[in-house]
Amino acid sequence: MKPTKVSENEYFHQVVDCQWGCPAHTDVPEYIRLIAQGEFSDAYMLNRASNIFPGILGRVCDRPCEPACRRGRVEEKPVAICRLKRVASDNRDDITSRLPKAPEKKNGKRIALIGAGCASLSVANDLMPLGYDCTIFEGLEKPGGLMRTNIPSFRLPEKVLDEEMNYIIDMGVDLRLGTRIDSFKELMKEGYDAIFVGTGAPKGKDLKIPGRYDSDNIHIGIEWLESVAFDHIDKIGKKVLIIGVGNTAMDCCRTSLRLGASDVKVMARKPRDFFKASDWELEDAEEEKVEIVVNHSPKEFVIKNGVLKGMIFEKMQYETDEKGKITNTEVVGEEFFPCDDVVLAIGQDNAFPWIERDLGLDFDQWDVPIVDENTFQSTLPGVFFGGDSAFGPKNIIWAVEHGHQAAISIHKYCHDEPLDERLPRGVNLSSAKMGIHEWSYSNDFDASSRRLMPSVDLKERFSNLDIEVELGFTVDQVVTEVERCLNCDLQTVFFPDLCIECDACIDICPVDCLTITPNEGQEAIEKNLTTPRLDQDQLLFVSEPLKQTGRAMIKDENLCVHCGLCAERCPTAAWDMQKSNLDVPYAIDEMNNGKANCQSKRKAG
Amino acid sequence: MSYISKPKIDHGGLRKNKLGLTIQDYEGGMSTLCAGCGHDSITAAICQAFFELDIPPHRVAKLSGIGCSSKTPAYFLGQSHGFNSVHGRMPSVATGTSAANRQINVIGVSGDGDSLSIGLGQFAHAMRRNINMTYLIENNGVYGLTKGQFSASADIGSKLKKGELNEQPPIDPVQMALSQGATFVARGFSGDKKQLVPLLKAAIKHNGFGLIDILSPCVTFNDHEDSTKSYAHTREFFHPAVHLDYIPPAKEIKTAYDQGEAMPIEMHDGSRVVLRKLDKGYNFENRGQALDYVRAKHRDGEIVTGLLYIDESEPDMHTINATSDTPLSELEFKRLCPGSSALKEIQKRFI
Ligand SMILES: Cc1cc2nc3c(=O)[nH]c(=O)nc-3n(C[C@H](O)[C@H](O)[C@H](O)COP(=O)(O)OP(=O)(O)OC[C@H]3O[C@@H](n4cnc5c(N)ncnc54)[C@H](O)[C@@H]3O)c2cc1C
Ligand SMILES: Cc1ncc(C[n+]2csc(CCOP(=O)(O)OP(=O)(O)O)c2C)c(N)n1
Ligand code: SF4
Ligand code: SF4
Ligand code: SF4
Ligand SMILES: [Mg+2]
Repeated sequence: MKPTKVSENEYFHQVVDCQWGCPAHTDVPEYIRLIAQGEFSDAYMLNRASNIFPGILGRVCDRPCEPACRRGRVEEKPVAICRLKRVASDNRDDITSRLPKAPEKKNGKRIALIGAGCASLSVANDLMPLGYDCTIFEGLEKPGGLMRTNIPSFRLPEKVLDEEMNYIIDMGVDLRLGTRIDSFKELMKEGYDAIFVGTGAPKGKDLKIPGRYDSDNIHIGIEWLESVAFDHIDKIGKKVLIIGVGNTAMDCCRTSLRLGASDVKVMARKPRDFFKASDWELEDAEEEKVEIVVNHSPKEFVIKNGVLKGMIFEKMQYETDEKGKITNTEVVGEEFFPCDDVVLAIGQDNAFPWIERDLGLDFDQWDVPIVDENTFQSTLPGVFFGGDSAFGPKNIIWAVEHGHQAAISIHKYCHDEPLDERLPRGVNLSSAKMGIHEWSYSNDFDASSRRLMPSVDLKERFSNLDIEVELGFTVDQVVTEVERCLNCDLQTVFFPDLCIECDACIDICPVDCLTITPNEGQEAIEKNLTTPRLDQDQLLFVSEPLKQTGRAMIKDENLCVHCGLCAERCPTAAWDMQKSNLDVPYAIDEMNNGKANCQSKRKAG
Repeated sequence: MSYISKPKIDHGGLRKNKLGLTIQDYEGGMSTLCAGCGHDSITAAICQAFFELDIPPHRVAKLSGIGCSSKTPAYFLGQSHGFNSVHGRMPSVATGTSAANRQINVIGVSGDGDSLSIGLGQFAHAMRRNINMTYLIENNGVYGLTKGQFSASADIGSKLKKGELNEQPPIDPVQMALSQGATFVARGFSGDKKQLVPLLKAAIKHNGFGLIDILSPCVTFNDHEDSTKSYAHTREFFHPAVHLDYIPPAKEIKTAYDQGEAMPIEMHDGSRVVLRKLDKGYNFENRGQALDYVRAKHRDGEIVTGLLYIDESEPDMHTINATSDTPLSELEFKRLCPGSSALKEIQKRFI
């Protein structure tokens, strides 16, 4: 095999699984260490540098980092990354003085942002400090997008939402609430230097089966949640059926329970393995005694004398292959479920009736705008999309990352720079050695299992729609959970010229991920590994030939717990533990031409 | 020395042996030896050999004398029996252990200082008695523990770190064992586990005294350029003369071997070792020729390795002395102690 070039393909970034998994590349291990040291404000600011909303995301992030987390491969459960983010937020001091500010002297460029959701706010966050004039047009009377209208306040308190949005708006964003844009053409006439479309995917999917339009008790999930959020709806019947089993369905069923429902069933067409909802959202709903009924496909609404009586479902039976893929579907019967209300939570679509189709802004065959995946520019130069409006419904953290990238593009566009010549991400390394056997991080492996989130008592939580269910970790829980992080950013860096092939590292490695073997091609190498390769998607490091025998040092990154023992037992320091620091460029770095663009510098604010 | 100990991590991917144990169950305490010491690699090879042989750790007694090498029994098979004796006296304790319990696997770990100077007499007698044990000499050419003085295995011309020259001829434990009549004589290298682990398995299964002289560089005092026991020197002059395959009982020998080039040997428990010549000039069936070969190669500066001689037919101490099959600790008191009347009978003979 070709010797691995760790300077290429963001090798060390890939090793930090959580950061690699996070769309915004949040420096997770560093913020966890800051929490461990009690530096909550620093941890908050470090988070904010990449994900902008630590308090919000510390509660409701979709957490792509957690399934990626190395800890989940070494034992049962990943580090509670998201919960720890909330710890940083809950315990921070007043950090307002450390927030970015808009300069007094503006740069004369005016940007229009449509929709006050997380995508637009993210763009404004990055452009305001550069001197741009940002105007956000929002159709509703309050900013926040789905974070306000759809994510229920028992998961995300309004106070947290307002506080973090205001950090951005207070830089001097011209926020025009109650101002829906009805014609893109008209907006273009106002002469903005660039336009960002952050209008989300606002259309809830409908279920056109018999009886659909014959009752007022059939609701579209995201519209219904919005009405609840704005106090237009404050009750629901006793028996409620939720159709669909994604995250929206979970919010709908739990909200129903708080508006007076006592018997809530979530109706799923397929078996559990096919659910779209995150595991933790399912767990939370089931804890609240929501029943999830599988293999039932909606057939018709039963309405008598204009009153919704229930629904008829087809009972489904599936055959699957050994990979779990459905190979055959069969209807094996029908079943009636009585109910007072039905909430449809089967998905969302983009909808752009307000964008004229003769502007040079092209849409594809599904009526979705054509947007470049790196620059976020549409086919109309100067018009950018991000968040759910760009590629369909995703989540907050993706919307934030789209915002960062769109901000870079807008900056370049306004300065006549080519949009695709962007600063690359980079990795800086520095040795973590503090003494012969001392490292600058807590390298011992802590075998504790994942801490469980304490929550408000079941009875109490239903008494009011706004009671936040999760209480946040206790001090003891924090102290334990931070030690579960394996410090994946403390990289094992190998210097082949120093290796005397004494095998010390191989013998000590607690997970047997090191091997010295002749480099006779991938197959031979894999056959000789100390531990068989369990995950082909994880990196395999292959060193340059070693001096004494010409063999190669191999490291299977999969299970390394970054304990540093290989480096400690190496007599020649051929292994060193080095702290890697990912350099993620933002719009401000493009403005500074890449000078001083380092996340760790940013944590100072 | 490290501040943290090697964590036990159960990631679900660990191999299990026939007893359902993982390699972690064969490890011991955290090593306090210098980072990179060859002895640590031998420790790892020992764990692997016992793991792969499916021997329960509590069926093993590990014994040693004094030296860095003699410290290592603390680092393997944490759940076994052990006795860290005095300098050069491991063989007596091993003899007693073996005599008291015929069923236990006895492994002695010694150093070149421990076995070739102060313990030379004990070493020779253990071979002579053909004690059923595995005897390892972790050979680094120096007294590591006492800060690197030359040992009796240092080669002529080898220099200490500060330049002192050794002009006395070395004692080669392999040549000594061959001439002494040892029934299993091998040499390995801490830096080559592919060779070492099968050697260890065969030695453990050998019915009688199984010697392995293992070159094991002392990174701190004897791994410099003018040393003949360094990693680099050992690798350069490493000469495997015989290849060894260890085949567990009831497993078929699949490879076809040429007559005269290979020699399958049946061990007492039904397992087999197959020796294969890597050097055509080597004759492993004849003790005298084996000794000549090793001696000649040694003169040329080459380090002959492999299982160099084996004889399964010689009776071991238990056979010669008709020791009890049952461990003494399990014998009834009546059988262990014939009582005062029997003593009187014996005493009468001397009056
Ligand atoms: C029920 C539900 C629960 C969810 N839970 C989570 C969760 O727990 N975690 C998570 O990460 N994600 C969650 N999501 C997804 C997440 O909310 C979205 O991915 C995210 O809000 C998208 O942000 P955005 O800025 O692109 O759009 P949006 O948040 O949709 O914001 C768009 C804004 O644009 C406004 N707008 C639209 N058209 C116009 C117009 N023409 N003129 C003016 N203004 C306009 C809208 O009023 C809205 O305020 C959830 C989604 C739903 C539906
Ligand atoms: C009776 C006695 N004499 C001398 C010593 C001092 N001493 C301790 S270890 C050692 C030599 C150890 O050399 P070796 O067996 O080669 O072990 P190594 O440390 O090299 O592995 C000596 C002479 C002692 N402990 N006891
Ligand atoms: S163990 Fe820590 S650094 Fe590693 S992936 Fe998980 S959270 Fe990230
Ligand atoms: S840091 Fe080194 S010793 Fe520890 S798990 Fe990783 S490779 Fe193994
Ligand atoms: S002094 Fe030499 S023999 Fe002793 S532990 Fe250190 S390297 Fe090993
Ligand atoms: Mg020695």
